[in-house]
Amino acid sequence: MLIDPSIIGSTSESKIFEIEKGAIRTFAEAIGDDNLLYKDEAFAKECGHRSIVAPPTFPTTIRVANPKVKFDPSRVLHGQQEYIYERSIVAGDVLRCFSTVVDVLEKEGNTGKMTFLVQEIRGEDLAGNLVYRAKSTLIIR
Amino acid sequence: MNGIDWTRAETGQELEALVKPAIEKVQLVKYAGASGDFNLIHTDDETARRVGLPGVIAHGMLSMGFLGQLCGQLVGKNGFVSQLMVRFSGMVFPGDVLTCRAKVKKKNENERTLDLELSVEREPGKTLTSGKAILKFY
Repeated sequence: MLIDPSIIGSTSESKIFEIEKGAIRTFAEAIGDDNLLYKDEAFAKECGHRSIVAPPTFPTTIRVANPKVKFDPSRVLHGQQEYIYERSIVAGDVLRCFSTVVDVLEKEGNTGKMTFLVQEIRGEDLAGNLVYRAKSTLIIR
Repeated sequence: MNGIDWTRAETGQELEALVKPAIEKVQLVKYAGASGDFNLIHTDDETARRVGLPGVIAHGMLSMGFLGQLCGQLVGKNGFVSQLMVRFSGMVFPGDVLTCRAKVKKKNENERTLDLELSVEREPGKTLTSGKAILKFY
């Protein structure tokens, strides 16, 4: 297998991320998403948020590497991605994030064997409350 | 910004689709910078050709971002997207005009949620990215 299954269950060290207004606005603009919640702070506050809100796929910017996970990036396809929220992420949030290897499995594809790597990043606030989970499946050929 | 009317949403309902402007190479450069995904197959034709692609391909996460945009518009300010899942199957290229679709799969009265079935297509009926979402209403 292209990835050693013994890394299943291994977790990275945690990393602190500050969610910034500018990063949210730049991200929403790159998608072409003109939702006011993502750029107009006064509007977001009127809607009950502390500051501007992050779009649902914004946690893709939160990259937490697990040193035990090694592969050649040019051989990787993104198979599946999922975000699960307890609440919206807003600018000003400080999140402690860590990444866990959930599964490593091998499947027979059209072009030979493929390795599936399933990882989950969990983001918590500094009080330890879960805010979001990001689950990704990478296909390594 | 008003989103869909929760009380009127029904299981099986097709919601208003989102048609995105044609993807431009500069958008892929912007998305690379904003997301931190600097894989050159999305921004450099030479690199893309070297790995057997006809040229640069869009980030799969950009298509997921479009579905996030649609879900965000649908829930409006009356709730949030509590779950978003996609499966990437087809490649997206510069010049492609993508249509994002959503259909109500289930309405949960107690939880005040709508389960949606999502798809992204270039030609009608040919899904490039499929997925699902849960909209949670306050």
